[in-house]
This record gives sequence, structure tokens and C-alpha cells, in this order.
Amino acid sequence: MANDVQDTTPYNAESLGDRPQRTKREVPDGLWMRCPKCEAMLYRKAVAENLDVCPECEHHFRMKGWDRVNQLTDPGSFEEHFDNLATVDPLDFKWAGKVYAERIAIEQKKTGINDSILTGVAYIKGRRVALGVMVGEFIMGSMGTVLGEKLARLIELATEQSLPLIVVCISGGARMHEGALSLMQMAKTSAALARYDDAGGLYIAILTDPTTGGTTASFAMLGDITIAEPDAEICFAGARVIANTIKADLPEGFQRSEFLMEKGFIDMIVHRKELRSEIARLIDYCKA
Amino acid sequence: MAKSKKNNDIELGIALPFEAPVARLQSQISELESEQIRTGRDFSTEIRQQRAQYVSMLRKIYQNLTPWETVQVARHPHRPLGRDYIDLLVKNFVELRGDRRFADDKAIFGGFGRIGTEKVMVIGQHKGRDTKEKIAHNFGMAQPEGYRKALRLMKLAEKYKLPVVTFIDTSGAYPGIGSEERGVAEAIARNLLEMSRLKTPIVCVVIGEGGSGGALGIAVGDKVAIMEYAYYSVISPEGCASILWRTAEKASEAADALKLTAPHLQELGVVDEIVLEPLGGAHRNPQEAGHNVEQFIIRNIRALKRFKLENLLDKRYESWRKKGAVLENPPKAKPQSKTIA
Repeated sequence: MANDVQDTTPYNAESLGDRPQRTKREVPDGLWMRCPKCEAMLYRKAVAENLDVCPECEHHFRMKGWDRVNQLTDPGSFEEHFDNLATVDPLDFKWAGKVYAERIAIEQKKTGINDSILTGVAYIKGRRVALGVMVGEFIMGSMGTVLGEKLARLIELATEQSLPLIVVCISGGARMHEGALSLMQMAKTSAALARYDDAGGLYIAILTDPTTGGTTASFAMLGDITIAEPDAEICFAGARVIANTIKADLPEGFQRSEFLMEKGFIDMIVHRKELRSEIARLIDYCKA
Repeated sequence: MAKSKKNNDIELGIALPFEAPVARLQSQISELESEQIRTGRDFSTEIRQQRAQYVSMLRKIYQNLTPWETVQVARHPHRPLGRDYIDLLVKNFVELRGDRRFADDKAIFGGFGRIGTEKVMVIGQHKGRDTKEKIAHNFGMAQPEGYRKALRLMKLAEKYKLPVVTFIDTSGAYPGIGSEERGVAEAIARNLLEMSRLKTPIVCVVIGEGGSGGALGIAVGDKVAIMEYAYYSVISPEGCASILWRTAEKASEAADALKLTAPHLQELGVVDEIVLEPLGGAHRNPQEAGHNVEQFIIRNIRALKRFKLENLLDKRYESWRKKGAVLENPPKAKPQSKTIA
């Protein structure tokens, strides 16, 4: 069950350093929770059983990495790859009395995952795919060197084995703690996608709430087909940064899935419970 | 543009805080010079001594710049900008405009030109010098149209087998409503992908600010250089400080932590080369800065043109593929619970 589902605080696209603060008011601990959208009191277990979607208003809560893998793939079919990679902390990054290397160790222990993406091979309704699932609960799904390396290897694997590539995005953007090397991962993953594209691969990008910053400005926006979950925040610069720059209010629904579809940047908005069948249908059209 | 202030080694213009001692010395020298003219007395010995002191002081300051001071040099109001490098080292420049989809974004310029004897496609970011020019060029903060224009010109270069040269100098892509709704993220992403496989050599130089994705959007190439006092970062020091330190006033500490200066970036493998600047920074002698950039470009274009296309693209892929080495631990024994739904 996702602990993060109550995250409703708007945050800066680049605010990856610390997790957004919880709005405690909406977070009754224990068995019950309140939907931030319709404000209904929900039984946690019922939400979990409903794929982390509000049974009252269909609000899609954020999913944890492993929950997403399990939700998308055929039971027991996910074979994890590249979980042995770890950051070298290239900058020896420290800030305000905190140490990045320690932060990573804590996140790894908390999540049981080596960094902010899970990569592997799995079946979706019987179709074999290379699957990348970003881990939102690992420093806001931020992109550092390990994410870049895992994703590049996954894309290369998909190229070699001619597998469809599915990447589920949830990200606060590039990870500051690895400096310009995080930025370089945007180009690294895009270069790997170029070769995959040259080889005729099918890449389906799935954008979930939130997909922002350097992640959006690289592999998230490079899908042959791009799917978004309903009402997901998808942007490059965060709303607060834009509002501060232009000193004006932002339009209603700005940077949400529906807005992006209207502007021509995504193909379809798909309810979580339909994702598996939609992916299977698309694969069948593109692969003989 | 910068012409009035260019090529004037003595006139300092706006001194940065850490340059105050040099600025004082400089005004002493000018006073002595005018005194000499006014009174007819000979101060040439003193002037010579003070000039020598000026040079050694400037050298000492610039050898010991902190990362935050380097950022300020990179943003110096007199530092040569993108279009200044056109004047400095590109001959017979033919500007091409527009993305053919929406508009012509003046934050990014581009066109045919000659560097040395090489015919090239030049693309660069330009911030603007005075207020009017800055507004016209949107302070060098490009919108999707800028990146799409750049890609259009790169495709043109590919078609006619012209090497591409890019000059990077931006605080970042523009965070605005129009920019977002016309897909600035998609525009940058598309450039990263297409530049990685563009069938012609690409040489990139970070001449001032390498501001995050907005910089990277025209900075994927076979060779990437950074000028000695330029910087390149995933986020501005102020932005990083306000998030991690919770106050923009810690920008100096953030600049240290981000390792955003040229020597660090070379060590990290983010850039391939450092282009040296004249004593006291490019703004003190734009000609010399331009000459050094020109030498870097010509040397690399000549070397890259010798590669077979296939090898060029393989080498480019490898150079980007290896950025950001990670630890490879022995594979873990996987608990069954992980893989079973």
C-alpha cells in the first residue's frame, strides 16, 4: 500500500532534494485515508485492491515501484535486471549537514531497490516486453547516473532481443546530488533510444503523476506512443517556477494529462485498470 | 553589442566584488597616466611597476576563483555572448530563421558560416547585451521554437554534409506558459535523440552559462568543450540552494557542491576539453578568447571529418554512453517474494 498517496502539495519540478511535505490534515493514519480529490473517507485496503485508485472518484494515487510492476505484469513474470548497480556518489555531495551517500543508503534500505528505477523483462498479457518502472518513493524518482545506466542497458537489451519497450515514468526530474552527470543521463538515454528506434523498436512511454523536469525533457517525451494516466502532472518547469517567472496565474488544468493531450503531446489517457490491455493491443498492432 | 567595451584591456567596466583590488589598482594607473599628461612629469617607472602588479594580482585572483565566483565571471555583463563569437570567428555568416512551425525564436540563432577554411552550420544561444536586446532575445532563454529551429538547421547541415558548431550560453529553457504548452520538453528531448545520430560531425562549446536541459538541448556532440570560466550544471546554484539549503543565499555553497566548474567537469567526464581564456577572463580580451575557441573548433572539425561516418557515430554513442560511471556490485540473490505478485 502506497504511503505516498497523500502527496498533494504542489512542488517545484526541481525540488528533488527532499520529499514534498505531507499535508497531515488529509492523512489519518491507520486503516482509513481521505481522497485528496473527492475528500471521501476511504478504507485503505479497498484502495489498494482497486489498484490505488479512489473507488469514489477514480483519482489515481501514486503507486510504489513494485506495486506498479506487479499491477502491470503477468503474475510472477517479472525478471529483474541490473539491480546490482549503485551510484559512486561522483560529486561526494554534501549539503546543510547532510551526506548524499548516507541518504542513498537510507533510501535503498527503505525501498529495497538500488535506485529510482526497476528494470527487467516481463510478460504483459502474454507479450514479452522490456519494462522500466520508475520508483517515485526513491528520492522523488529523480534521475541520476544509476537510473541513466539501468535504463540505457534496458534499452540496449530491448534492441538486442527485439522486445517492445515500456517505461513507466514518475519523476521529480534530474537529481541535483549528482550534478551535471545527472543531466548527461538525459542525453545518454535519448541516444540509446535513437539506436532502438533505428532498429525498429516499439517504445511506449507511460506518464504518471508526476512526470517533470529532465525526465520529461528526455525519454518520457520520446515514445512512439505516449500514454498518460488521468489527471497526471506532466511538465518541464514546475507550476511554481512558471508562476514566479511570469508573475501571473496559470490556466485551469495547466500541465495535466488532459491539457497535454489537447496540445498534442500524448496519444491517449488510459485508466490504470485498462493499461495492461491497452499496451497489449498496441503491441499487437506494431509487432507481427 | 559589446563592441564599445571589447578590446580594451585596461577599461574594466563593471568590477565583480572579488575584483575590487584590481579595479582600485587600475584606477590608480589611469590617474597616474592622466597626471603624467597633465603635468608633463615622468611617472613611467611607477606606471610600469603598477601594471606588473596589476597583471600578477589579476592572475592570482583568477587562479583562485571559487566556483561561485566562476559563475559570476560566466555571467559577467561584458562577457562575449553567442553572437559576439560570430563576429569574432565566423566569416560570411548567413543567418537562417524560424522553425517552420510556429515562430522564429531569437534566443537561439543559426546559419551557414566559415570558421577558418571550414564551411559549417553555426547554432548558438544569445542573451542580448543591453535591456532592449535582452528582451528581444528573451535573455537567451529559448522556447520550443528555438530548439526546433536548431534541429531544422542541423538536419540541413546533415543533408549538405556540413559540420555543426554550437555555442551554449543560457540560464535555461524559458519557463513560461507558451513554452510549456508548445512542448519545450518534447523539443529538447527530440534534439537529444536526433543529435546523437546526426550524420555529420558536431562540436559544442559552452561559452558562458550551461544551464541544465536548456543548454543540453543544443549540446550533444562528438566533442564538447567548456571555456575556462564558464560553468555547466544540472540546476543553477541559486535554485539548488533554495531547495537543499532552503535559501538562495547559500548559492556559494551550492556552487561548491555541484562541481560545476570546467576542471571538475573535465574530471567527471562531462566535457572533453577546456578552452583557455585570456588573463582575467574572456571579457578582458574577447579577441584572444575568440581565437582560442576558433582553434579548438578547427582542430576538432578536421579530426572528426577524417572518420568514416559509421565510426563517427559509434564513437559519439560511446562517448555519451559512458558518461556517469556506476558501481557494479555482484548480482544479488533474488528473494522470491520480489518477483511474485
